[in-house]
Amino acid sequence: MKSLAELQAIREKTLGRINLRKEDESEVVRVVIGMATCGIAAGARPVMLAFMDEINKRGLNHVTVSQTGCIGMCRLEPMVDVIMPGQEKVTYVHMTPEKVARVVAEHIVNGRPVEEYTIGAAEDK
Amino acid sequence: MDIYRAHVLCCGGTGCTSSGSAQLIQRFEEKIKENGLEKEVKVIRTGCFGLCEAGPVVIVYPEGTFYSRVKVDDVDEIVSEHLLKGRKVQHLVYSDHATHEQNANKGLQDINFYKHQHRIALRNCGVIDPENIDEYLAFDGYKALEKALTTMTREQVIEEILKSGLRGRGGGGFPTGLKWKFAAASQADQKYVACNADEGDPGAFMDRSVLEGDPHAVLEAMAIAGYAIGATEGYIYVRAEYPIAVKRLEIAIGQAREYGLLGKNIFETGFDFDIHIRLGAGAFVCGEETALMRSIEGKRGEPTPRPPFPAVKGLFAKPTMLNNVETYANVAQIILHGADWFASMGTEKSKGTKVFALGGKINNTGLVEVPMGTPLRTIIYDIGGGIPNGKKFKAVQTGGPSGGCLPAELLDTPVDYDNLIAAGSMMGSGGMIVMDEDNCMVDIARFFLDFTVDESCGKCAPCRIGTRRMLEILQRIVAGKGQEGDIEKLENLANTIKATALCGLGQTAPNPVLSTIKFFRNEYEAHIRDKKCPAHHCQALLSYVIDADKCRGCTACARVCPAGAISGEVKQAHKIDTEKCLKCGACMEKCRFGAISKQ
Repeated sequence: MKSLAELQAIREKTLGRINLRKEDESEVVRVVIGMATCGIAAGARPVMLAFMDEINKRGLNHVTVSQTGCIGMCRLEPMVDVIMPGQEKVTYVHMTPEKVARVVAEHIVNGRPVEEYTIGAAEDK
Repeated sequence: MDIYRAHVLCCGGTGCTSSGSAQLIQRFEEKIKENGLEKEVKVIRTGCFGLCEAGPVVIVYPEGTFYSRVKVDDVDEIVSEHLLKGRKVQHLVYSDHATHEQNANKGLQDINFYKHQHRIALRNCGVIDPENIDEYLAFDGYKALEKALTTMTREQVIEEILKSGLRGRGGGGFPTGLKWKFAAASQADQKYVACNADEGDPGAFMDRSVLEGDPHAVLEAMAIAGYAIGATEGYIYVRAEYPIAVKRLEIAIGQAREYGLLGKNIFETGFDFDIHIRLGAGAFVCGEETALMRSIEGKRGEPTPRPPFPAVKGLFAKPTMLNNVETYANVAQIILHGADWFASMGTEKSKGTKVFALGGKINNTGLVEVPMGTPLRTIIYDIGGGIPNGKKFKAVQTGGPSGGCLPAELLDTPVDYDNLIAAGSMMGSGGMIVMDEDNCMVDIARFFLDFTVDESCGKCAPCRIGTRRMLEILQRIVAGKGQEGDIEKLENLANTIKATALCGLGQTAPNPVLSTIKFFRNEYEAHIRDKKCPAHHCQALLSYVIDADKCRGCTACARVCPAGAISGEVKQAHKIDTEKCLKCGACMEKCRFGAISKQ
């Protein structure tokens, strides 16, 4: 038999797994990874897996990871958009699995984009 | 349990299962594994999405992309394009009947079929995995039971249901709270809660979909009801013809027992409650409450006179509270969100929403849930997508064999219990069968009466003999042997049966006849007086003729005629011998010049 507290724990844990089926997206953080041929060739898959790994590890149940096609800046791949609710999207370029942990910790958890990885920083060079 | 980046939801309702969704799921799992995505993408079998017309239905989240009529061969493409590369497979995306719009970027809520709906009873159908109690829990499952048991008294629970204005969704529309109150007031050493899942109306399948898509919602509500009236045992009476529903109920009951949500001392409040399943053998009369209880007891499914009402003397001669599946599906939401929330939807005397099963001559065959008071026109045209092949709407049949047919003039009727009865039909369990200009209303009445004659249990004379006499008259009329005075005879018989039959089955059986006479009397008269069927449907009353001006004498019709009834020389106009003609219509299908017509 489960106690009330145990039931609540199951609710919260399961909600994390199925949150992405909710129509209401007002509180959801979206991580969108460019996975066209150019992205995949540049190593987008390990980046995506790293994101999922990190999100799982931290139990971030309000984050969804999805894929998108090529947006035309193939030379900057792997590219990742992070869209926080109610904010402009931030685009990261030349992502690697190593950079992922910092993006998750600083941007998704603490709300501060990692400026040096963004497209703005890459284009200014 | 891990978080997956994408969920592939495949409909596992009866409709989609019969169009092959089980094979789809298997293929998805194979392909996902082949591509090494099994740790990223999860395949889930859900309950019915409602849009059975477009089945098998697959939805891919987080995008919410709605794929329809997916075939096993399409799976490879969805996996390699959408799941691997994130490119939606445009040509498989659902296209709106009315607008022919096919937009992969639209969510479910933007599709016309869903836009006008408001889902309470069906809230979890097509969203959760019905075989996984954790998913039900995540969407506030069993929270209402917790709230009722730990923070509310029995009286408060009943008061909340009473105040919500919820009425029985099985057809009668009796106030649910009142039923609970009566059962609670009865004194006995043992009381029972029962669930009527013996859905028998032709064309109705909302209860099946709730049981298949969200079985825990019914279990939770039955436990709440048990607490409210002081019962410790519940019975679900479900048709054996619903194997998927039965299987999911069994799984759900097992999981609920394991979690201590059914059984002894629930939430350590001292409340005991358990649920048993009883399978019905498919007799329509067993949907009637007294017959249903006799059947659960193991006796022959025959109704008994009321009073005594079940709330006083029901199952095993103990006070019993019986509600329909859809009624129960609303209960947890009312306890959770309050009576005022529920009462804010619907019309003055009918609160909340109602599920309808759309069928017949309609584009979007399927299951819809709308607030009470939604006009028929919105349901049929905006949600249902209108009539196929540009045909004209003629009537809509509501309430199954106990209901009636409403003509086009009444399309703007807001649908609720009282309006439908005032219009000469009834809500019934919510079957809605749409008919177009090709349907003969006399034949429709004959069809429904044929059904009730078959299903009459034979206990009382008005139903056993009376409906049979009515059927004989109707058969005579559609065979072209109707006599003057037949309509009056039908009306007379109908009113007598309504007044004297023992149970609801007999009392409502004449309704399809009465309502078609009321709204389509001219069709009856045409059959009887002119020996013509205005819809060109009744075979005995139509003849096939060849238009000599259009006929090119190609002989195609003469060659296809099985009776050798067509004669004529090559390149000369042909003729049909009406004596020999079997009225099979093969010639009309074959003619390339449109020269053959029904008259």
